[in-house]
Amino acid sequence: MLVMAAATQFSATEYISHHLTHLKGTLFGGGVHLDTLWMGFLLGIASLWLLYSAARKATAGVPGKWQATIELLIDFVDDQVKSVFPGNRAFVGPLALTVFVWVVLMNAMDFLPVDVMAQGTHFIAHEWRLVPTADLNTTFALALSVFALMIFFNIKVKGLGGWLHELFCAPFGSNPLLWPFNLAFQFVEYVSKPLSHSLRLYGNMYAGEIIFLLLWVWAASGVAGAFFGAVLGLGWAIFHILIVVLQAFIFMMLTAVYIAMAHEHH
Amino acid sequence: MNINPTQLLSQVVMFAAFVWFCARFIWPPLMRAIENRQKQVAEGLAAAEKGRQSLELSAKQADEAIAAARARATDIVGQAEKRAAQLVEEAKSLAKEEGNREKAAAKAEIEQEYARAREQLREHVAALAVAGAEKILRREVDAKAHGDLLASIRQQL
Repeated sequence: MLVMAAATQFSATEYISHHLTHLKGTLFGGGVHLDTLWMGFLLGIASLWLLYSAARKATAGVPGKWQATIELLIDFVDDQVKSVFPGNRAFVGPLALTVFVWVVLMNAMDFLPVDVMAQGTHFIAHEWRLVPTADLNTTFALALSVFALMIFFNIKVKGLGGWLHELFCAPFGSNPLLWPFNLAFQFVEYVSKPLSHSLRLYGNMYAGEIIFLLLWVWAASGVAGAFFGAVLGLGWAIFHILIVVLQAFIFMMLTAVYIAMAHEHH
Repeated sequence: MNINPTQLLSQVVMFAAFVWFCARFIWPPLMRAIENRQKQVAEGLAAAEKGRQSLELSAKQADEAIAAARARATDIVGQAEKRAAQLVEEAKSLAKEEGNREKAAAKAEIEQEYARAREQLREHVAALAVAGAEKILRREVDAKAHGDLLASIRQQL
């Protein structure tokens, strides 16, 4: 089965695993996925630049078209955050905005046709994955950061003693006999949060990538495969627009919700 | 799928830097711009509302002033008409009085003239009668003896 152009021929398994292999490298002596790091970094810079180009010339008077667009976005994010976190949003607001824009851009890399992009990335390295959020490291790094913020705000709002008290005495009650059950419950709650937070996004993006790859394998099988692969690829790409934005939105909302929960007293 | 601690950490640092940048340079100016504009719009709307109210108020005041002026004008016209009628009335009565007075004066003069003419006529007739009687009685009548008689005849005429 001829999938790649000219020089190399792959079996379907080889083709898919090739596109799912990260470019590995070392950073400060530790093993990293260089493609994920670079894509994530560049997309983060890009999202900040998009926002900053509007914020730099922000005026309270008649806004430019770009400023109006970014204001719509900021207002949307602010409204969403306000609905779960009514307090001072000077930190949670920008946090949610950064998460949303960054994750949308990272997810959107799924729209790029992998084999066409490979014509360019092959000049850098043979292995180069485009979607940082289809790498568990990225989503886990984000979820872990939010987890750390959660702990931080728990202690900041309730004090270390208050937080420990909550760990032992909520949700069942403050009777010492119930402490182990409370702690176990809280443990499950705290572990499940970053896990579900990161795995949901990762799973969606990874699955989206694999479905594209399967379609491209089909597309390489002949004329009928090319036709149906193209039609279904178009359909999946259109549906994927929803998933890309929706998953970024869910990720942002969970970030806000988790931090809001850290502010609540039991 | 492998989790790399170094990558995890570097991406956490990356994320923290992005959030810091956003919270420092992006969120505050845009929020300030939005909130200032909201304030400006609110102020503009309030000013428009105030302007509308003062417009209504001045329209009402203008209406009142016009009504007052109209009432006063009607009043003045009424007074003027009354005064004119009064003047005409006065002039009429004055003229009538004057006419009566002149008529009375003329009448008095006429009567005076009439009396004088009658007196003259009487004297003339008396003189004529006396003269006629003298001519008739020339001889028989003695002027001295009949002088009393002649005077009484003249008196009676």
